Amino acid sequence: MAVQGENRPAWIGLTRVVIQRVLSALLTLFLVSIVIFIAASLLPGDAAQEVLGQSATPQQVAALRHEMGLDQPAITRYVDWLVAMLSGDPGRSYIADMEVSDLIGERLRNSLTLAGVTALVSSVLALTIGIVSAINRGSKLDRTLNVVTLSLVAVPEFLIATIFVLIFSVKLVWLPSIAMVSPDASWGDMLRSMALPVLCLTFVVTAQMARLTRAAVADQLDRPYVEMARLKGVPFRRIILFHVLPNAAGPVLNAMALSLSYLMGGAIIIETIFSFPGLASLMVNAVTSRDMPLLQSCAMIFCTAYLVLILIADVVAILANPRLRS
Amino acid sequence: MIRSLASRAAALPLSGRIGLALVLFWLVIAVFGPLIAPYPVGRFVDEEVFSPATSQFWLGSDYLGRDVLSRLIWGARYTVLLALGAAVLAVFTGTSIALFAAIRGGVVDEVISRTMDTLISIPSKIFSLVLVAAFGSSLSLLMLIAAFTYIPGNYRIARALAVNLVGMDFVSVARARGEGAIHIAWREVLPNMIHPLMADMGLRFVFIVLLLSGLSFLGLGVQPPHADLGSLVRENISGLPQGASAILSPAIAIATLTVGANLFIDALKGKGDS
Repeated sequence: MAVQGENRPAWIGLTRVVIQRVLSALLTLFLVSIVIFIAASLLPGDAAQEVLGQSATPQQVAALRHEMGLDQPAITRYVDWLVAMLSGDPGRSYIADMEVSDLIGERLRNSLTLAGVTALVSSVLALTIGIVSAINRGSKLDRTLNVVTLSLVAVPEFLIATIFVLIFSVKLVWLPSIAMVSPDASWGDMLRSMALPVLCLTFVVTAQMARLTRAAVADQLDRPYVEMARLKGVPFRRIILFHVLPNAAGPVLNAMALSLSYLMGGAIIIETIFSFPGLASLMVNAVTSRDMPLLQSCAMIFCTAYLVLILIADVVAILANPRLRS
Repeated sequence: MIRSLASRAAALPLSGRIGLALVLFWLVIAVFGPLIAPYPVGRFVDEEVFSPATSQFWLGSDYLGRDVLSRLIWGARYTVLLALGAAVLAVFTGTSIALFAAIRGGVVDEVISRTMDTLISIPSKIFSLVLVAAFGSSLSLLMLIAAFTYIPGNYRIARALAVNLVGMDFVSVARARGEGAIHIAWREVLPNMIHPLMADMGLRFVFIVLLLSGLSFLGLGVQPPHADLGSLVRENISGLPQGASAILSPAIAIATLTVGANLFIDALKGKGDS
């Protein structure tokens, strides 16, 4: 068929652009790893000295420096670290004296569950809020929602958490204020203990996501095709469902992926408050104890997740807008 | 001058005026705090801990029986001044680099922009945590770390603005006149991008307040004997089950500052569009 003949080159061009974006993201990730490595190596003094304390003899420090590879030049250490990371062995923690991969393993799974549930809840909420306020643009409802989401974006996470703990754990005694997650807990227990962290993170993410969703839908409403459909006499509900929403899907998905990156910042505070055994609270512990191998690994995982979200947003935007394909 | 500013403020929507009032309120507290505080910041004035608000202690007492209001006023001083310093530093540095890159163009621009793109790909809280772990968290270091974390974001916006302006006729004319790069940056380009830059500085200020109080809340920011608003929330966390004013008031104080600034900036932007 003729249509297929026309489609093929476009399809190839699209693949090329997407591959380009993926390669560019990989390059950025590589550069990020250099920045993280340099920042973590800038530790004033010496990691070996730090571990052994003030009373260590120079011989002990020298021996540990050798064992940790600190007597190697920085470039050698960086390459060793990068190769080890890529082969799934990010080294040993200074403090816990355990393999970093063992420390991270389960906590990464917990954090991903937390992020996944939050993403699900907040996208449903944000879509509803965003679409409702875009359709009612300029109305009292829209202006109120605008001020509410604008304010929520700027509220510190720990205030939201404090208020929810006061309401749900202290006053109503419905939910635990400490999120104990054990591997053998039932699904119900798990959900109950994750309820408050998810609720708090949802507040943080939804506000941002709803604002971006509203902007994306409002942008579509200004397009000539909407006016055309109106002049033809298409009912408003039909215009929204069959004309605007399919066209807004790309920008809206893009907005959602971007706002999910707010999860990272939020998770650091929220996981710590609720003692949630996740990756973000592990990273905070690593900073407190200046456990550099653990800190580097956690930072790299967060940066990778962030870049993947940005990449998804980018690719969705390309798929949705043919003009970006070339 | 003052009258024109006042009439511009009156033209803002209600949310913008509320925002402006909140920001001004906290600026006054930050500057004149030591004169207003009813008690010395570290003195134990109450026998009871976490006592509720009374006419003697307007916001009650904290976990050691100190006056919460006095500690809050001092904490606001740290929060506002540190964040203001960091925001000014971030915007000054980011914009200077952006002007340099935009006017030079070519490989210089390319290398700087790629570096900034890399730095912007690291979530700001993650980046600042790594920096705090590496350098520690004295007051001046915290300000530098917060500024450094937000330089790339300001660079991106300032460069986009500057590149547009550098392509305009009046800059070409200035170049043809034989003006130097500094003259072009300072007299031709910068005055034309000052309004969006100020709005960006306001946003950076909000981000930095949230970042620094977040760090302090985690115990990684401002260290005792100094205390900013985030540290006050942290040190009184044991009062949470009683819903003590000592933990709620500093948290609400931060929110009024950041929400106020956000509403004010949004109102200014809305006016610029129309």
